[in-house]
Amino acid sequence: MARAVVTVPAQAKRGEIVEIKTLAAHAMETGFRRTQLGELVPRDIIRRFTCTYNGVEVYRVDLHPAVAANPLIAFTTTATETGTLSFQWVGDNGYSVTEIAAIRVE
Amino acid sequence: MTTRREFLVLAAASLAAPTAAKAQLDPNLAAKRKAAYEEALGKVVGGARVRAGRVKLLLPPLIDNGNSVPLSVAVESPMTAADHVKAIHVLTQRNPLPDVVSVHLGPRAGRAGISTRVRLADTQTVVAIAELSDGTFWSDSAEVVVTLSACLEEGLI
Repeated sequence: MARAVVTVPAQAKRGEIVEIKTLAAHAMETGFRRTQLGELVPRDIIRRFTCTYNGVEVYRVDLHPAVAANPLIAFTTTATETGTLSFQWVGDNGYSVTEIAAIRVE
Repeated sequence: MTTRREFLVLAAASLAAPTAAKAQLDPNLAAKRKAAYEEALGKVVGGARVRAGRVKLLLPPLIDNGNSVPLSVAVESPMTAADHVKAIHVLTQRNPLPDVVSVHLGPRAGRAGISTRVRLADTQTVVAIAELSDGTFWSDSAEVVVTLSACLEEGLI
């Protein structure tokens, strides 16, 4: 089940700044909404997004309930070497999704 | 047997109870949210001086639907090992919780910034604060008008 999508250029020049877009399928329930019976819907959100480049953390985001459903995170990184970019989303109720993308650096 | 006095007391109590339950909005809400925002700001900057500039916060000035608002932050920085942006924090003044996102990055990010989509509960000021490697804080703010608030869609689920 594709629960996350990432867009990474397949190849880049050494030192080039590449743009990365990530999208995770998640309702991001805030914990402030109520049902028709007035009960609070418990919070269920993604807490943390991490991007690692060949095992080194390059970008990390802490998310709060104010992030919209299906969180989009677009950022940049410097293409240093050929390898893999790993993206991880971790959240409430044991939510954890990892996505991997390869990048070739010339 | 119920006396007239007891009956009146009970009647008054049963009338008062639903009104108390209905009054969900705290009269001190604005003050509480301001205090929560100040606390969140204090946690981020820790008493350091925050200067305006170097940060660019982009938000549409008029928002029809507060549930999904495109937000992007860009910070002017060479992003070298000696001079880079360590963190970017986005705070709101009138959301139920002041924090929106906290980004932790380093020189390998190439450019300091983030694009995402956020929820906004009210017409308010959104603030982006960047923490630089030399320990200084820079900020930018944007005023937004929200017509349909996030967090208030009661009865939809």
